Amino acid sequence: MNTPAHPPTSYTHTAIALHWLIAIALTGSFGLGLYMHELPLSPQKLKLYSWHKWAGVTIFLFVILRLVWRLGHRPPALPVLMPAWQRLAVEATHVLLYLLMFAVPLSGWLMSSAKGFQTVWFGVLPLPDLLNKDTELGDLLQQVHMILNFSMAALVLAHLGAALKHHFLERDDVLTRMLPFLAKPTIGVPK
Amino acid sequence: MTTRQTTLALGALLLIAPAAHAIEFTQFQPAKSSLSFVSKQMNVPVDGRFKTFRSKLAFDPANPAAAKAELEIDLTSIDAGSREANDEVAGKPWFNTREFPVAKFVSTTVKPLGGNRYELAGKMSIKGKTLDLVAPLTVTQDGNSASFDGALVFKRADYGIGDGVWADFGTVANEVQIKFRIVATSK
Repeated sequence: MNTPAHPPTSYTHTAIALHWLIAIALTGSFGLGLYMHELPLSPQKLKLYSWHKWAGVTIFLFVILRLVWRLGHRPPALPVLMPAWQRLAVEATHVLLYLLMFAVPLSGWLMSSAKGFQTVWFGVLPLPDLLNKDTELGDLLQQVHMILNFSMAALVLAHLGAALKHHFLERDDVLTRMLPFLAKPTIGVPK
Repeated sequence: MTTRQTTLALGALLLIAPAAHAIEFTQFQPAKSSLSFVSKQMNVPVDGRFKTFRSKLAFDPANPAAAKAELEIDLTSIDAGSREANDEVAGKPWFNTREFPVAKFVSTTVKPLGGNRYELAGKMSIKGKTLDLVAPLTVTQDGNSASFDGALVFKRADYGIGDGVWADFGTVANEVQIKFRIVATSK
């Protein structure tokens, strides 16, 4: 884990692992959230809500770990020929994604508190309620949680679109350095 | 003694009688009373309460064994923690409030346990089923008002509350913590 003076050419294994772990967990949690809130009340619904909340807390912890790692390890540089506006867009998207990775679970936690349903991590560890029970505030925070989620989904789609554009149109290593097994020896940049 | 004198004498006796006796708490004070519970969903404690209930009681601290209490709970007045839950528990698998809108408790014995502590026993009827119920009772007297506090663990399955898909205690626990405070004044 030595940090070179110039930007590295690849992500660390830890960064790659955390990226995909969080990507998969967030996608799953997002899908579960979309599905479960439509359900009529049933034991299954209560279970799904709990699982969703446990996942949210777990993801939140991994996001903290990821941010700490990111602050200590610079990501590889962007392609040299990338226009300034794209660099700005990349920067903005990544900053917003990090913010949302914190804001989304946090809004869920606040919403649970306001709705009077404490979060008990894995049914064992009760998290403190950050707000007192307040039905109206709970409904408002539900809207906030939803808006933040759809914002994140939109950004993830842009992020994914950009990665695919780099891979298939510009044929650079922007995608493969995050997905090393896709890198073809003929395309791979010698290190 | 003339009839008039007799009436006066009787009237005087009636006036003196309550003062001569020990104080007796009989006037239920709904605004100061509460009936709350904590259910556990996926091990998450959820607060709930009943907003409407009536009590008929008579408690003489000098003669607690003769105490009597009745409690009628309007089950439709439940707040189970959320609107969704309130709608759900009114339904057939839970309280079936259309057929059984009221739960009723009638005391049978009050046993002094020393100090201001008592054991209250009686019959609880919910959803067409009547079972024995025992609850500890702490009586706190304050002038002409008394507070009867108690807490007990109630098993919902005993009365078939939460049938069918809800019968699995893994999601909603069988045990429900109940807390009550009945405040009554003397006449």
